[in-house]
Amino acid sequence: MGVKSYYANRPGFFATRLDAMTNGLTNWGRENSLWPYPFGTACCGIEFMGVLSNVHDVSRFGAELVRFSPRQADLLVVAGTITHKMGPILKRIWNQMLEPKWSIAFGVCASSGGFYDNYSVIQGIDHVIPVDVYLPGCPPRPEAFFEALMLLQRKIQRERAPDHDQQRIPQMAHARP
Amino acid sequence: MSAILAALQERFPSEVLATSHLRGEPTAVIHRRGVRPIMAWLRGESSERYDFLADLAGVDGQKILEARAENPGALADLGAWPDRFQVVYHLKSLSTGSRLRIKASVPETDCSVATISDLWAGANWAEREVFDLFGVRFDGHPNLKRILCIHTFKGHALRKDYYIKDQQWLNEENESLMDELGEFGENPADGGFSELIPVNLGPAHPATHGVLRSLVKLDGEIIVKSVQEIGYLHRGFEKHSENSTWTQVIPYTDRLNYCSAMLNNVAYCRAVEKLMGIDVPPRTKFIRVIIAEISRIIDHLVCLAACLVDLGALSNFWYLFAMREKAYEALEGLCGARLTSSYVRVGGVADDLDAQFIGRVRAFLTELPTALNEVLGLISKNRIFLDRVKGIGIISREDALSHGFTGPCLRATGYAYDLRRAEPYDGYEAFDFEVATRPDGDSWSRLMVRFDEMKQSMRIIEQALDKLPSGPVLSDDKRVMMPKKEHVYGNIEALMNHFVIIYDGIKVPAGESYCATEGANGELGFYLVSDGSGRPYRVRCRPPCFYLYSAFGRMIEGCMVPDAVAVLGTLNVIAGELDR
Ligand code: SF4
Repeated sequence: MGVKSYYANRPGFFATRLDAMTNGLTNWGRENSLWPYPFGTACCGIEFMGVLSNVHDVSRFGAELVRFSPRQADLLVVAGTITHKMGPILKRIWNQMLEPKWSIAFGVCASSGGFYDNYSVIQGIDHVIPVDVYLPGCPPRPEAFFEALMLLQRKIQRERAPDHDQQRIPQMAHARP
Repeated sequence: MSAILAALQERFPSEVLATSHLRGEPTAVIHRRGVRPIMAWLRGESSERYDFLADLAGVDGQKILEARAENPGALADLGAWPDRFQVVYHLKSLSTGSRLRIKASVPETDCSVATISDLWAGANWAEREVFDLFGVRFDGHPNLKRILCIHTFKGHALRKDYYIKDQQWLNEENESLMDELGEFGENPADGGFSELIPVNLGPAHPATHGVLRSLVKLDGEIIVKSVQEIGYLHRGFEKHSENSTWTQVIPYTDRLNYCSAMLNNVAYCRAVEKLMGIDVPPRTKFIRVIIAEISRIIDHLVCLAACLVDLGALSNFWYLFAMREKAYEALEGLCGARLTSSYVRVGGVADDLDAQFIGRVRAFLTELPTALNEVLGLISKNRIFLDRVKGIGIISREDALSHGFTGPCLRATGYAYDLRRAEPYDGYEAFDFEVATRPDGDSWSRLMVRFDEMKQSMRIIEQALDKLPSGPVLSDDKRVMMPKKEHVYGNIEALMNHFVIIYDGIKVPAGESYCATEGANGELGFYLVSDGSGRPYRVRCRPPCFYLYSAFGRMIEGCMVPDAVAVLGTLNVIAGELDR
């Protein structure tokens, strides 16, 4: 039983402040060190390479460390068209990523199927995995990706870590005096 | 009638059903039983020796047959169409440079035709594609499976009676591909165990740049057998084209080879212009040459940068991508988009270029050699790098031609074949440039050919900028161009013309034609069939990558896994074009 959960059940000035501080600290760390997994399949993937290049330089936002293993990444950037053949693979990659994790649908193909409204293209990756930020554009400019990244960072700022003790080990919570 | 058609008819009188010679393209419709003897004869014995299979595609003639059932004289320009399907072979004679189109007629019942995959290795995948999209079976084919659509797909997507939005979900795992490994596959006799380890490279693998999958069997670190699976980016380009107007196809062509979108635009619009018999003004030709060569440079830059990153040479990525951004800046000023330009129009280009564009291009041309020299300085004497690319992934010229190689990868085997020289278009004959070649056919040659080609492209752009003529950038052909605004307000004919083009789009007369352009990866061909309605009847893109990648398996057998990555990088396979 951690300090956090002990105080979480006791409303009061000290508990809420401590809770907010730990949450804020974790979120600050998470939002500024996102490790993207570039799931680039098509033209948007090429533009995502532009995001990484020295002219646009994504390291200004702390997200330059692209990982090609889903187990080391916490931000899935789906850049490109996802076809029905690719769908199960996208799902598997997402499931292989560890919590906490976020995803950005980069470009209209990933967001909604774009102008490929046909038999082989999934009409938006939200049919397969959850999405945090939808980024329109065909392809989006690198600057647009930065806006999406900042939106995501703002979202992470507001996140509140689930109270793991209470969620996962309910008996212990009951056993408290 | 051309000599070859006469000779063909004389040699195979009962197999050849009809011949035609429109737009300078000799065409023969043949009975399907004649496919193998005729192909073998054309390849080996005919006077011209059609030794190169440029493309193999299918066409579903359902609507043509319906139109003819109503009115027997309809669509006469499309020639004989005895049965529902046609398998279209585009052959080329490398010695004389002449082309020939053979169309095998295949009925709907017993929908099959003999394979020619033993004559040309490149036909293997092309036939699988026709089987997948049209349901034409190829008798004697070694591995007739679906190639682009999911393996549980029901029906055939490019048949006219398949509705474009009929989605089919894949509710299970992708294929294991073990059956294609042959003797190296899972063997029930040893309980599925063997010394060899199967490894999936891709489809989500950092070195595959998107979506290619190879299943390799490893003996230690040596690849003993590999099979490829493609279709992970099959976006239905050809089906979409049939459901768009001729102009609406242009944005879809951007996304074929998205590293050099302008080149695809040029290739497609040239094909439509050929079908309509339109000649574009001289200034347009020069503009097209300039943007095509810039696109070629961008494509090579991306290919080299990505390949070098895969080999661990990261700093080159920064040098090359900084240059790519410079080029994109210029193109963006020209057409407003960085990657997907849609700048070229049927009959011209969207807008004239301005002094700012020219200034940016000239600045780009002065900076590019420095960046290239920097990269060459880093790699050309680098022992670690050379060991990984020299003498690796060799393909001989014969194998390359049999697989349908064109472009830099063919020129890396020492064969100076470039459509800009062999079949000049857009005024390329007036430019002074060399066709870059390298003799060895290995990864190193393929990389170096790209460096050399960029230098030649720079020469071409400089000449084109110097000699840029003035004049209009749009043709004045009424069928494709909107009349000037003052005429629209001034006379009724122009008003109606304006209305018709806005409302119906451009109308291409019934007919068919194949038009090849030198793309960044090789021969980018468009085979167009029109039935005279406002929409294409069939748009077939001959993707250079498709044929390049079909040889990948045999190129990496005997290599180590990291070498396979290098070979893949130097082939420059772009998934958008591969799977369409
Ligand atoms: S959104 Fe546009 S650029 Fe991006 S993958 Fe789709 S078609 Fe290509």
